[in-house]
Amino acid sequence: MGEILVIFFGGVLLNNFILSRFLGICPFIGVSKQVETATGMGMAVVFVMGVASVVTWMVEHYILMPLGLGYLRTIAFILVIAALVQLVEMVIQKVSPVLYKALGIYLPLITTNCAVLGVAILNITEKYNLLEAAVNGIAGASGFTLAIVLFAAIRERMDLAPIPESLKGFPMALITAGLMSIAFLGFVGFRLKELFGVM
Amino acid sequence: MSFRSELTKGLVRENPTFRILLGMCPTMATSLAISNGIGMGIAATFVLVGSNVIVSMLRNVIPSRIRIPCYIVVIASFVTMVDLIMAAFVPKLHEVLGIFIPLIVVNCIILARAEAFASKNGVLYSLADGIGMGLGFTLALTGLSAIRELLGTGTLLAVPDFGFPGFRIFDRSLAAVMVILPPGGFITLGLLIGLLNSLTRRKKKAAQT
Repeated sequence: MGEILVIFFGGVLLNNFILSRFLGICPFIGVSKQVETATGMGMAVVFVMGVASVVTWMVEHYILMPLGLGYLRTIAFILVIAALVQLVEMVIQKVSPVLYKALGIYLPLITTNCAVLGVAILNITEKYNLLEAAVNGIAGASGFTLAIVLFAAIRERMDLAPIPESLKGFPMALITAGLMSIAFLGFVGFRLKELFGVM
Repeated sequence: MSFRSELTKGLVRENPTFRILLGMCPTMATSLAISNGIGMGIAATFVLVGSNVIVSMLRNVIPSRIRIPCYIVVIASFVTMVDLIMAAFVPKLHEVLGIFIPLIVVNCIILARAEAFASKNGVLYSLADGIGMGLGFTLALTGLSAIRELLGTGTLLAVPDFGFPGFRIFDRSLAAVMVILPPGGFITLGLLIGLLNSLTRRKKKAAQT
């Protein structure tokens, strides 16, 4: 249990996907003008990253490794993720039209979100088991959601601020993200392993 | 449209990093030292040139409804090649760049060029476009990583793969470690783009008066 908690809080706070691992910057900057859309994107990412972690882990351990096809990992994973996003989109559309309306437009964008492929590859390189991989996926996505929602809230206020003309838009967004990243560096001092009694 | 203008447009005028703002994740994550920046740039250029040429060759064969998955398979094949080649010849660089080598697959620059350029133009032009855009990306990465390496460690041009420690410009105790930590990546790139914006605006103003 302790190890699971270490992975979860590590993924959300210490190794935040956006602010310390640089994964998923494009949607982070692109879909963060309003808190509402940012929340929608975050939810869609949590869903896809959780499912993708489990499926890619299974593909690696039940298909690629027994057949000795480790070098096909990149191609296999990206195809699995692309297919998965399509499938998830269709299933949600059928099962819950309300949820589809909320997430719909963000789902296709997720295929090119490098955080999804990133977490799939990290799960393999860190040698996680299936449960740990799933937790790592959900934790990474929760960290993404936390960062993008906070960032959107800051950006809503920033619309009213007098920003130098040359820094308007993208440069200011990057600098704001940098300041948030400094704040998140503070979490590095947490000794998660001692806190949750894992040695 | 000429071969030469396709080749040079990516360097400054349509620079993928500074002008079109694509491929931000690898730009910030790998620009810790000049050798990393150049390594990442060359890897991405190789993939970009390869995928542009193949996509351009196949542009009349691929049905338009499933073109994106087809492009991704082409790109992923080249990324796998780069991954294996780098693991064999520059193992230390491969380790430093780590997860960002397989992630070249989802680098928006490459898919964007396949979709916006290579699928509509001939092989030769696509080749030029790939080389130009790749070099533009490499140039941007090298510039950013030169700033970060200098301010963050006080050295320049350290190449761990060849056991070269780099030229020491000033003492380590004066270096701002924050610049090579993640926040430094965001802030340095933000300021650099802001600076380029302000230069362009000044040029435009001067041209008007």
